[in-house]
Amino acid sequence: MTLPTNPEPAVPGPATPEPVIPAASLTQLLRSAALAALLFTAVCGLAYPLLTTLAGNVLFPAQATGSLLLRGGQVVGSALIGQDFTTPGYLRGRPSQTNRTDGSGPQPYNAENSGASNWGPTNARLRDAAQERAVSFRADNGLGASAPVPVDMVTASGSGLDPDVSVAAALAQTGRIARERAVAPAQVEALIRANVTRRSLGVLGEERVNVLRVNLALDALSAGRR
Amino acid sequence: MLPAVLPGVGAVTQLLAVLAVSALLVVPVGRLLHGVFTGARHTAPERLTYRLLRVNPAEPMDWRRYALTLVLCNLVMLLVSYALIRLQPWLPWNPAGLAAQTPELAWNTAVSFMTNTNWQAYSGEQSLSYFSQMAVLTTFMFTSAATGFAAAAAFMRGLAGTNGAQLGNFWVDLTRIVYRVFLPLSFAVALILIWQGVPQTLNATVTAQTLQGETQRIALGPVASLESIKHLGTNGGGFFGMNAAHPFENPTPLTNALHVLCMLLLPTSLTYAFGRLLANRRQGWVIFGAMFTLFAVSLGALLLAEQGGNPVLGAAGADQSVTATQAGGNMEGKEVRFGVAQTALFAATTTAATTGSVNAMHDSLTPLGGLVTLVQMMLNSVFGGKGVGLINFTQYLILSVFLAGLMVGRTPEFLGKKIEAREVKLVMLAVLAHPLSILGFTALAVTLPAALGSLNNPGAHGFTEVLYAYTSATANNGSAFAGLNANTPFYNLTTGLAMLTGRYLTLLPMLAVAGLLAAKTRVPAGSGTLRTDTALFGGLTVAVLLIVGALTFLPALTLGPVTDHLQMLKGAVQ
Repeated sequence: MTLPTNPEPAVPGPATPEPVIPAASLTQLLRSAALAALLFTAVCGLAYPLLTTLAGNVLFPAQATGSLLLRGGQVVGSALIGQDFTTPGYLRGRPSQTNRTDGSGPQPYNAENSGASNWGPTNARLRDAAQERAVSFRADNGLGASAPVPVDMVTASGSGLDPDVSVAAALAQTGRIARERAVAPAQVEALIRANVTRRSLGVLGEERVNVLRVNLALDALSAGRR
Repeated sequence: MLPAVLPGVGAVTQLLAVLAVSALLVVPVGRLLHGVFTGARHTAPERLTYRLLRVNPAEPMDWRRYALTLVLCNLVMLLVSYALIRLQPWLPWNPAGLAAQTPELAWNTAVSFMTNTNWQAYSGEQSLSYFSQMAVLTTFMFTSAATGFAAAAAFMRGLAGTNGAQLGNFWVDLTRIVYRVFLPLSFAVALILIWQGVPQTLNATVTAQTLQGETQRIALGPVASLESIKHLGTNGGGFFGMNAAHPFENPTPLTNALHVLCMLLLPTSLTYAFGRLLANRRQGWVIFGAMFTLFAVSLGALLLAEQGGNPVLGAAGADQSVTATQAGGNMEGKEVRFGVAQTALFAATTTAATTGSVNAMHDSLTPLGGLVTLVQMMLNSVFGGKGVGLINFTQYLILSVFLAGLMVGRTPEFLGKKIEAREVKLVMLAVLAHPLSILGFTALAVTLPAALGSLNNPGAHGFTEVLYAYTSATANNGSAFAGLNANTPFYNLTTGLAMLTGRYLTLLPMLAVAGLLAAKTRVPAGSGTLRTDTALFGGLTVAVLLIVGALTFLPALTLGPVTDHLQMLKGAVQ
């Protein structure tokens, strides 16, 4: 590539009363650009994230490493990441459309490969999936054939890892969980209500129930009775 | 035609609360920006930087010089980052052992982050090592956003005409914005995000033993440091594939509101800084008012559309109503913690501020909700990100002055400078490059069977997927109707070109306009001068913006979201 000659002289002219600042030549410009790429990579791409990592892990070690939940010393998941609950004795989360990490097929709540359906509102596959989920939710929870189902239980989340369900969706599962675990429905309902996350600052977001936390509490309840 | 379900009081309250906080930040942050753009003093780290870069911070640049420096600086960074992405397997911090991206995907990624589009044809946790996420993506999030603000600073100085034909020094603008604005704010915001649950670690993926006795592998990483600059710089590229819908990027409604405030912070404050630079604060407020009005209308429409729900889901048995125990609405592709209100807020903000991150899947928005996001990117002037929103909006200010001048038969003036043929031609080049890229590439894609093979949805919605892809790329937004499989050679190449067109064919002509205006002598305002700092003129500009936008894009919107909406109302599926 031939570089065009710079219109401005790179060398300062003879001394003048008003010092004229010479414009950088094209070569000088390219060199400065390369140096800028290196410097800003070092400052913004390495120093800044590494410093943030250090500060974050000193101040908030639990959150910085993924808000992991432990039971008996074993990591059982993250408080922020949903899990695929299928056993009837557990509170169930929302439908998840994540795939296996190698993309070979569906694997709900794969926290290595977040994903969504991306079905449009008039896509027949969305309608079919919603119908199927509504039918099985009603059957599992002893609802009438035309009972409306909380919308979050018939739709897949954006991340495929939604840790929460609506309060309505959690309460609708009370009877089934109580029956499976042979406890009073009121006990399950009280446990769900005790695990409702309120709106941030009392204003932002929606009230919801963290599925994994409820299920840990349910297991603790059952273990206490045994 | 009102939707069947109206938003609840809680939904409306939280949106008004966030907007109020955003509006309160305009003046203090605007003052800060004004100081960054005009202050004479260089701090010690800045002086050291100029020495290391071997640049003279006192070198004045006219618009040609400024543009040349900007383009060369971007070009070199593009080459360096392309190389780093391709060399990923041989570089450190790659605990998952990820391979290099293919050449055309790496081109797409590098162009995308350089142009501040942050279009992602790949899934972050599957494709980029921690090193690439930090050294390439995070770096570009700083420099590309700072490049936009530097251009805006130069542009505003040109219009203010305070220093003859000189627009300032690119290196000074770039360095100051990074050091004085982005680095301190990003660090502080990242710490708040970590407190709320966003991970920040170099640890590898964690394996959990689930309650049902299965294993769940949980991807982690240095997420918070990327998230904060991602929104402050209105970049938008996510650490994870599902972006800010992923609980690790956006764990609580508080982080969601913080993300939104970060996106709006600098674009809104820039209008105030502009007013101060012009020594005409009314002008700044008129621009802010016009943008804010458009934004509020978009937000309201999005909220109504999503809360109204989807009749197809209703017929399938879903209860989409607002009750004491659920927020209701169209929840496909949305997260429960955000519900419809925080989702509408995020979607409206990300497409107004040209960020491009998403906290819900836009592909699964209702047709009218999707239409609002498209329209904001097509207008490309509702706040806009990293300085270019103001530049784009000025196109329409100049166009409005020109039209008003034609109506009354006077030579139009803008900020005391005569607007003549050259300026109007350059403005029209910028105004036309945008739809040409969007509609041209869309038309090309829908005629190629290979390109249509990438669609995830049939019918009108499939057309919208393609339209959205090129709108987003050209507007340097980066969000997607993500069902479209964009990681094909055709889309990687064409969206890359659309991003370059959208970035440089508006930035460079408008810098030229600023340079030309700066060189003109100021004409004193007379009795016949059309004042541009009045609400009347603000309204006129909004009208011009909407008319030009409608004339350009209505046919395409009718084929896509409007048709989709009518089908949805009938409950028809494809």
